Amino acid sequence: MKGWLLHHRQAAEQALRRLAATPLNTVLGALVVGIALALPAGGEMLLANFQRLAQRIAATPQLSVFMALDAARKDATEIESRLRKHAQTREVRFVPREDTLKRLKASEGLGEVIESLPRNPFPDAFVVVPRDEAPAILEAMRAEFAKYPRVEHVQLDSAWVKKLDALLRLARLAVTFLAAVLGIALIAVTFNTIRLQILTQGAEIEVSRLLGATDAFIRRPFYYFGALQGLAGGLVAWGAVLVATLLLRGPVAELASLYGIEFALHILPLADSALLFGLAALLGWAGAWLSLSRHLRD
Amino acid sequence: MIRFEQVSKRYPGGITALADLSLAVETGEMVILSGHSGAGKSTLLRLIPAIERPTLGAVVVNGQNVSALKRAAVPFLRRNLGMIFQDQKLLFDRNVFDNVMLPLAIAGVAPRDAGRRVRAALDKVGLLDREKAMPVALSGGEQQRLAIARAVVARPSILIADEPTAHLDDDTASDIAAMFHSFNQVGVTVLVATHHEALFAPYMTRRVSLSHGRLAP
Repeated sequence: MKGWLLHHRQAAEQALRRLAATPLNTVLGALVVGIALALPAGGEMLLANFQRLAQRIAATPQLSVFMALDAARKDATEIESRLRKHAQTREVRFVPREDTLKRLKASEGLGEVIESLPRNPFPDAFVVVPRDEAPAILEAMRAEFAKYPRVEHVQLDSAWVKKLDALLRLARLAVTFLAAVLGIALIAVTFNTIRLQILTQGAEIEVSRLLGATDAFIRRPFYYFGALQGLAGGLVAWGAVLVATLLLRGPVAELASLYGIEFALHILPLADSALLFGLAALLGWAGAWLSLSRHLRD
Repeated sequence: MIRFEQVSKRYPGGITALADLSLAVETGEMVILSGHSGAGKSTLLRLIPAIERPTLGAVVVNGQNVSALKRAAVPFLRRNLGMIFQDQKLLFDRNVFDNVMLPLAIAGVAPRDAGRRVRAALDKVGLLDREKAMPVALSGGEQQRLAIARAVVARPSILIADEPTAHLDDDTASDIAAMFHSFNQVGVTVLVATHHEALFAPYMTRRVSLSHGRLAP
């Protein structure tokens, strides 16, 4: 057991020495692996955030009731009282069209577009929070509100959440596919790096064999090399996603505020980060294994 | 200790290196193998650590038939042998100390213990003050002594050397020959293939002469 540990420690040290001996190659290798992994890792970060967002929205289903554009304020007042009197509503919030216009005018980019419009394009609206969250009741409320006079459109936000959910499932599939393809790329990169390593260490491998080294002894440093390179790539990917998250946080929060949502982009969750590092190391190890079984037979 | 039983070795292409050769080397013996180039000296030595396998016959080392050894068992055979190769096979990317350390690292000797043994081996060959030097910085004689230190550091019971005095000046070559004799004096079985049998004459060792893959009379 002690000898086994010693051999592993020596192999890890040797792998680190070999990585340190060619710093440029090591950095470039880590970058290649890192950039390849950053794509699925970044996708995972966005997905995790959208999922969190979708869950938050889904937790409080709302109905948005939009008045017709040419509806007068007194029509809106009448609707408001009807909504408030409705047995199933818990909360009704009136959003006057002027407020919507003011809010959007104040925002970067959209402000000028809205300024150039001849008249206010937004209708008066209500946000209704129902007492009951059962889908059937929500649907009944939507149908009922839509028949109120001067009401143009009623949107059930849970329907939107359902669509978002389906979209997220699709996105999840895409990220998984991307991860699989780029995982294969990682294996290929390691395969090639280890092949070059085997060529460079040819003398050492030959001499070690003559001095009584077992196959395991000779292979071990290469496994560590592959796994460490994968891990370094994983760190690069994690760092890239972190930087992207921090850069996007401001603009995303602003975009979300336009929809009346308070939302800050979160960094990659801990479990996903652990998965990223684990997979990166594992794929590097697998690339080394493939390369060794291909190039170290004699 | 080492027994060749009717050993033949033919290389692909029909070249016969050894033909029906039988030879026994006793424990603690020192044997000088001589003979012309291509007489089969190197092949004979390479059969002992199973670097080559005989085409016919058996090679028995310490009671173990190495010609029939499984691939996975070969490393453990080699750890009991000290080998000095014609081309030395030093590693030029690491210093003297680390070159000698390699067999102990392979055998899994604990680092502190190993360091002591490396220095003892370097001391024996007179290279203790060069442990940090890189092999390229060593003279031909020093490189050969480094190869010897690496061969003996794991305290093998058998020492095999292929032309250890080639390319060395006479004084250095005599030093090397004396070194082999001193290892033999402490009980190591020594087998040396050489063109310079005269170097070993003072030690009254057994001489075996090969000619065209057979024992010469």
